[in-house]
Amino acid sequence: MTTAASLGDLVSQPYKYGFVTDIETEKIAKGLSEDVVRLISAKKEEPAFLLDFRLRAYRQWLQMETPDWATLGYPPIDFQNIIYYAAPKQRDKKASLDEVDPKLLETFEKLGIPLSEQKRLTNVAVDAVFDSVSIATTYKEKLAEHGVIFCSISEAVKEHPELIERYLGTVVPSNDNYYSALNSAVFSDGSFVFIPKGVECPMELSTYFRINSGDTGQFERTLIVAEEGASVSYLEGCTAPMFDTNQLHAAVVELVVLDDASIKYSTVQNWYAGDENGVGGIYNFVTKRGHCRGDRSKISWTQVETGSAITWKYPSCVLQGADSVGEFYSVALTNNHQQADTGSKMVHVGPRTRSTIVSKGISAGHSANSYRGLVQIGPKAVGARNYSQCDSMLIGDQAAANTYPYIRSQQPLASVEHEASTCRMSEDQLFYLQSRGIAFEEAVSMMVSGFCRDVFNQLPMEFAAEADKLLALKLEGSVG
Amino acid sequence: MSLFSDSFVSTPVIRPDADVLLEIRGLHARVEDKAILKGVDLTLRAGEIHAVMGRNGSGKSTLSKVLAGHPAYTVTAGTVTYRGQNLLELSPEQRARVGVFLGFQYPVEIPGVSNLEFLRVATNARRAELGQEELDTFAFEDLVRERLTVVQMDPAFLDRSVNEGFSGGEKKRNEILQMALLEPLVAILDETDSGLDIDALRIVAAGVSQLATADTATLLITHYQRLLEAITPDFVHVMAAGRILRTGGRELALELEERGYDWVDQELASLELG
Repeated sequence: MTTAASLGDLVSQPYKYGFVTDIETEKIAKGLSEDVVRLISAKKEEPAFLLDFRLRAYRQWLQMETPDWATLGYPPIDFQNIIYYAAPKQRDKKASLDEVDPKLLETFEKLGIPLSEQKRLTNVAVDAVFDSVSIATTYKEKLAEHGVIFCSISEAVKEHPELIERYLGTVVPSNDNYYSALNSAVFSDGSFVFIPKGVECPMELSTYFRINSGDTGQFERTLIVAEEGASVSYLEGCTAPMFDTNQLHAAVVELVVLDDASIKYSTVQNWYAGDENGVGGIYNFVTKRGHCRGDRSKISWTQVETGSAITWKYPSCVLQGADSVGEFYSVALTNNHQQADTGSKMVHVGPRTRSTIVSKGISAGHSANSYRGLVQIGPKAVGARNYSQCDSMLIGDQAAANTYPYIRSQQPLASVEHEASTCRMSEDQLFYLQSRGIAFEEAVSMMVSGFCRDVFNQLPMEFAAEADKLLALKLEGSVG
Repeated sequence: MSLFSDSFVSTPVIRPDADVLLEIRGLHARVEDKAILKGVDLTLRAGEIHAVMGRNGSGKSTLSKVLAGHPAYTVTAGTVTYRGQNLLELSPEQRARVGVFLGFQYPVEIPGVSNLEFLRVATNARRAELGQEELDTFAFEDLVRERLTVVQMDPAFLDRSVNEGFSGGEKKRNEILQMALLEPLVAILDETDSGLDIDALRIVAAGVSQLATADTATLLITHYQRLLEAITPDFVHVMAAGRILRTGGRELALELEERGYDWVDQELASLELG
């Protein structure tokens, strides 16, 4: 067996989160109309401002067209063939975990996210979202002692409508793009985080998204606000069962940071990627944006993208406050027939704003992996600085890697640097490591970890090892 | 099968009582459809230094890769026995762990993988095979600093990625450093002298000489005899057309230097004519 063949074996490990939970689900009929939007809002007993928000977005969406500028190929999505609301049957949101369907708790436990009091992760508060609804949020009381609000967005709409009304849609306007309009019209659930002035969030916050139904779209909405001098580190994880049809996932994430505040937002995305022939998998169209409203504020995005048949995602920062800082660290791994078009936008508005982009793309199998990024320096961004580094690693000879950097500067006193490189994980490199006694799989893992180290160093400690393992699993199989 | 009789290149013996470490018999190998090794016989005993010389394309580099288990080469006939064990059955990593070392002619660069961490993982893999305890970061640093002196290498190289941006000489020193850490019983050094200036050559040669003990065997693969001025071989083998054509002592290298390789071609032609 040649090394290339064994590499092929390694990168085609089975997906271990592919199970379906057999649970009675309440679903509405397929298709999207104004009535469906009203129905979703009614089911969630929403205030009028939110229904208006949804309807406005729906009408905008009707006027819009699907974006076609990404390096992605897929058949047109039939938006009338998707269910826009699905929820495991249970009465209202549970007061305590004891009332949650044990099957759901079991599901999350199987995914490595135990929710029960005895087993829950220490030092990490978790919001668990199953299909369209949030199942449970841990450590809520402890966080409340510090004034930190961490709950599902549906709950926030009920408990803190003034915050939702004040911030929702202010970073990503509903008509920002086709998928943000769709999400704004039909979003079902997601997480809400509010860190009041001067508070450093005492623990990591995390949301775990699980798609279970085969014909349901998932449209979650996340909003995080850090007031003056506040800080928080937040992590999201995602998995889905294996189906031979494609499921649509169109999320919107908005971050707001005021003076001297910071948000660190990390993602480990492991949606089902489809089989080795490219059948099935999640279509992941996500809009993530942070707004550095305050001076000296900071937003840092870290993402490890390993799943989904299609990834279309550009976590961005609008750097409005003077001396504000935006960061984007990304590892995107594609295998088989996966396609990823991902990157970041850094929009420098305020003076002396700084941004850093570090992107690592790994393409194996027949996959295509593109980095697409925009660095925009506005006329008032005197002394703004950007540094971008985009590296691609190819495994095998059938995969593709592209880099599309866009730079627009209207400010002569700004500095923008861009570096890019492409390398191939070669048989000779692997043989070299092997010939020093290092096993083949460990050699692959060493090279991939080494390639991604700049990004993994940015992940919260609890998750850095997990991300390393996930990549190893995607590429090797013996781990985990 | 071969035009040559098996007795043609039996290796002379200087210390018949020394352990046979590596025994190559009738080794044939090909890359893709091209036969490259056509019946190599060679015996390495403990305490011996052998040099294999030959033109480019004679098969000497292939021999080193086949012994290390490079996946691009297929062994089609013959045996290789390492301390009584069938070496060809072992994966490349197992061969390294049991004590067979290949010093590469062109060591590859591995960006992102720390040289220190790489050396530590490799050393621990060998130690595990020997039943020795694993060295943690601190214990390993002590060891590596001591071994750096063998090749007079700057510790700064430990903090860089494996071979990345190293000069030709630095790469070769890093190879010998690996050898010093892995303490192989059989070291195969493929064109270790190529691309070295005089000073680097002297340092590398001194390192190799220091590591060649009464318990180890060294196989130097080289095109020129200048390496053999610094490391005196016990045997010199001339390779041509995929097999060892002639074996002698140190003087054979000098003869090659003087007469060039043309006579090898003539000898080969006359042999093939039979």
